[in-house]
Amino acid sequence: MPEEREQGTDSQVEAAYYPGCSLHGTAREYDQSVRETADLLGVRLRELPDWNCCGASSAHMTDERLALDLAVRNLRIARQTNPELLVPCAACFHRLKAAQKTLREAADSRDQEVLEVRVAHLQEWLCAPASLEKIRRARRHSLQGLKLAAYYGCLITRPPAVTGSRDPENPGGLDLLLRVLGAEPRRWSYKTECCGGSLTMPRADITRALVSRIVRAAVRAGAQGIVTMCPMCQANLESRQLDLIKQEGGHPLLPVFFATELVAACTRESGTSDRWKPHLIDPRGVLAPLGL
Amino acid sequence: MEAEAGNWISPAGTELLRELQAAGVEATACYQCGRCSAGCPLAEFFDLKPMQVVRLCCYGQEARALDSHTIWLCASCETCTTRCPNGIDIARLMDVLRGRALRERGLAREAGIKAFHKSFLNSIRRHGRVFEVGMIAGYKLRSGDLFGDTGLGLQMLKRGKLSLLPTRIKGTRAVRGMFRRPQKQRG
Repeated sequence: MPEEREQGTDSQVEAAYYPGCSLHGTAREYDQSVRETADLLGVRLRELPDWNCCGASSAHMTDERLALDLAVRNLRIARQTNPELLVPCAACFHRLKAAQKTLREAADSRDQEVLEVRVAHLQEWLCAPASLEKIRRARRHSLQGLKLAAYYGCLITRPPAVTGSRDPENPGGLDLLLRVLGAEPRRWSYKTECCGGSLTMPRADITRALVSRIVRAAVRAGAQGIVTMCPMCQANLESRQLDLIKQEGGHPLLPVFFATELVAACTRESGTSDRWKPHLIDPRGVLAPLGL
Repeated sequence: MEAEAGNWISPAGTELLRELQAAGVEATACYQCGRCSAGCPLAEFFDLKPMQVVRLCCYGQEARALDSHTIWLCASCETCTTRCPNGIDIARLMDVLRGRALRERGLAREAGIKAFHKSFLNSIRRHGRVFEVGMIAGYKLRSGDLFGDTGLGLQMLKRGKLSLLPTRIKGTRAVRGMFRRPQKQRG
């Protein structure tokens, strides 16, 4: 894993980077495109040394103390290396922020130093006006005419007391980004509905029902694809759509992109044919007319 | 359950309320408006609505709450917490109840979900990070669901989405230590 990259551009910013387990496994393409996007924005990512899993749902759902300890170890490492911590995974982001909230409200004053770490989900950086302007200038390809549904899921925005989101019921950052890329973000009501998260393995039946609702809503809104910044949402939405196709035949099928994949595809000189290979639902059908 | 019949605020119940309060959850602030339950994306699969679980906690009817499918099927999407007009952190309340169900009664109405959490946490204990293939194998053995999602697993392997070898972090020992600490309180 290249931990740093040389770049001769001006205004380099450095940030600690906590990829989390998914980005080293099932969401490799997210990790790859995050790194490409960071290069573009002039952000030098330094992977948090020896980071551990955030515990995700399983830790906080069954053992709150463990969830806190797992988060605090990562926050301590960040504090010692670089207190600007950039997190691409919704669950990792949420666990780190929730741990900070718990510590802030704790009666004892232990571990207060980790409150100095500024934890940001990647979406915050990516959809900030300065980043959007850089992307606009660097754009070589346009998603013109492509209708997309920006899907935020749960944990990037909720609850606002943890995430600091200003608009948890109707967030809009990703929609702005899609416009900058030339696409047409659709208005729809399922931007922040839950995909089922960690229920996907033990209760695939429930996850399928939730995914079906979300995908059908996107189709009703005229979308040709869904865009997310959460590795669980991406995996659940693509994998469970394939089940639904098998079960019901006529179920709609939409590719699910990581926002950074689209940024990378639109700003690189030519499309790499391998870029879309990790997708369970091949997006080349909707991208081919755009030359991507 | 018999011990709790006719005794609305049982001693066990007050202890539960204390634990909830320590976690920043004011269950007694609930006036049963139903907003949590109307907006919950999982409610149709629940045996108790979120508002019923909150009420049972206030009434000291803890056993009924701990014995529900609801506390396991809750996906922690935080919609209820976000919308509660009285600021009750209902998703956190579910966390507290799940913890108590496991710790005090060894109870989990959804065996598959418990098996999943256990496999996930075991992977962290072993490697410091989640090793997906090992976690999935552990889950399959624990749950007995040997053949579910086989096709999906093969698709993911083909697309390079699954590593066949775990990464073990240097701090594995520190992470293991976290699993040995008493669960209930910090310190």
